[in-house]
Amino acid sequence: MSAVDSTAAEHDRSTIRGIFHDYLVKVRGGDVGSLPAVMGLIALVVVFSILRPDTFTGPLNFANLIGQGAGIIVLAMGLVFVLLLGEIDLSAGYTGGTAAAMMGVVMTRQGWPFVPSLIVCLLTGTVIGLTIGLLVARLGVPSFVVTLAYFLGLQGVMLVIIGEGGTIPYRNDIALALSNKNMPVWLGWALLVVFLGGYAVVTWLSNSRRRARGLTSQPILLWALKLGALSVVSIAVVGYLSIERAVNPNITSIKGVPIVLALIVGLVVVLTFFLTKTAWGRHIYAVGGNAEAARRAGINVQMVRISAFMVCSTIAAFAGLLLASRTNSVSPNTGGDVTLLLAVGAAVIGGTSLFGGKGRAVDAVIGGLALAVINNGMVLLNQSAGRVFIITGLVLLVAASVDAISRRQATASGRA
Amino acid sequence: MTAATAETSPPPAASEDPILTLRGIHKSFGAVHVLRGVDLDVRRGHVTALVGDNGAGKSTLIKGIAGIHGFDEGDYTFEGKPVHVHGPKDANALGIEVVYQDLALCDNLDVVHNMFLGREETKSRLLDEEAMEARARETLDGLSVRTLKSVRTQVASLSGGQRQTVAIARAVLWNSKVVILDEPTAALGVAQTAQVLRLVRRLADNGLGVILISHNLNDVFQVADDIAVLYLGKMVEQVRREDVTSNQVVELITGGRSGDLGMAEEGSDQEGEDA
Repeated sequence: MSAVDSTAAEHDRSTIRGIFHDYLVKVRGGDVGSLPAVMGLIALVVVFSILRPDTFTGPLNFANLIGQGAGIIVLAMGLVFVLLLGEIDLSAGYTGGTAAAMMGVVMTRQGWPFVPSLIVCLLTGTVIGLTIGLLVARLGVPSFVVTLAYFLGLQGVMLVIIGEGGTIPYRNDIALALSNKNMPVWLGWALLVVFLGGYAVVTWLSNSRRRARGLTSQPILLWALKLGALSVVSIAVVGYLSIERAVNPNITSIKGVPIVLALIVGLVVVLTFFLTKTAWGRHIYAVGGNAEAARRAGINVQMVRISAFMVCSTIAAFAGLLLASRTNSVSPNTGGDVTLLLAVGAAVIGGTSLFGGKGRAVDAVIGGLALAVINNGMVLLNQSAGRVFIITGLVLLVAASVDAISRRQATASGRA
Repeated sequence: MTAATAETSPPPAASEDPILTLRGIHKSFGAVHVLRGVDLDVRRGHVTALVGDNGAGKSTLIKGIAGIHGFDEGDYTFEGKPVHVHGPKDANALGIEVVYQDLALCDNLDVVHNMFLGREETKSRLLDEEAMEARARETLDGLSVRTLKSVRTQVASLSGGQRQTVAIARAVLWNSKVVILDEPTAALGVAQTAQVLRLVRRLADNGLGVILISHNLNDVFQVADDIAVLYLGKMVEQVRREDVTSNQVVELITGGRSGDLGMAEEGSDQEGEDA
């Protein structure tokens, strides 16, 4: 059976036309993945490039865009973990703010060096996540209510820590560099080589292991196509960011890949690894898909829930640091306002389902970039904040509708 | 090799020691006396159908066997040794697996992921996808399953019969010795029912002891070797399929007796088991 099956599949997928056909069948069946988000992102970029060719497409703005989106993107990556369980964390934004404030207290007021301060920041997030997780998993309080309470409570905690109306400035060089500085041009290229080389080797080894076992494996052509596409995009990005982009290069030179971009890519790789290569990651999907089935399969559902909230809040703490770093200080608004809601929107626009069981770390990046492009492009078009919110809301609605439609199509074609 | 002998000439029921034996099982929930002295024998290579009307105690009995709740009284013997099963893990350790009616599959995961759910194989702490996929294929091929195109399809996209197949394959993946199937054909159409029944037969032919719970006597007569009838918490009869007619079984289910069979005389119970 396996022999017949694999040869038939091989036959189909070993040509470009076959691969394309396979993909079309998948998309028509309702398994759209992040295709709508990627297409929407490309469409947005094209529209803004036509309307504002001089400013939007410039390398300075491109780097800006990454910086603007970074906090939301990282926050959204953490949220993917609780969204995968079908839960929600409304407090993640203020968790980030509180953690950033704690970091400000020890780093600026107590004068601690960067690394211990960072540990305090992340641990603040982890402890908050632990308490949320315990309340949700052990007591069975709905996560919506628990995190709503935390949303209100942490806002107060932040005010108390910072002191009403004030801010805590960040003065540590490393903390400030995270969101504001660029890597040397050579380091950007070196990391790119490591990234592409790593991807090529890991996927190639996995393919050859499968071939050795006689399992259906990815055709070499498909592997080459994916690697090629990834290479073209990432080389273009790094190349563009390596151009001198300062308004007046004689005063200060600005070039190289922003540090925050490397942090985001690294985080995506690490989180994807945990979600797809470890039993714990598999159990998160299982609990999100069918908690009762997971329980009967012997999975410790409570532990999975608690750990997901801990991961979410820890990543939120890091996002808070990035947000504070960008504004050089922690204010009562850090992580507040619509930050959290935009992050949830980013995850959903990227293709993560609010019903649980479906989502990836990279979804957060795609969705977060789409939101950043909308915001950035419309500001360049001199649109008011009001219009930016209206368009952002519409895009989120479209994304949610696409999800609902593809879900319906999937049920009809039996892919659910 | 067990499979071959079982396939060609099923040994007479009494000639082989049962792999699982229950004697004088009692179970109450508060004031409700659900099981009142139940005896049951499950033999290797045999499909033992457990039939009975709603409320006869079928679910309570299999939940007790699977360790979900303990029995109050009675002897539970597995492979000739008395055992105490205090939880599902104990039952799994003995080699007893249950396929519940709702199947307990995760729709968003593929076939391999579901088969290894909660017991993933790892290599240096990472998931060993290749080993799991190869073993899943082996198991499915061993059951001659031809209905699954790829073990990497999401369970959500499978038909009812295919899902049942996945759930059953998951149960036999763990070198299990006894598989309990709760109404495996209840939600299936004609063709898929036939498919699943063939699979049930194959499990027994591969040397496993199979307990099949079913309301459908057609299914029972098609696939079972032994038929055990529960009536109001008592095992009124466990007979070989050849020795009874469908009508007799219906009478046993609804009234607890049928001619010489059933509860009327104390002696006939013994006779039924020895037959």
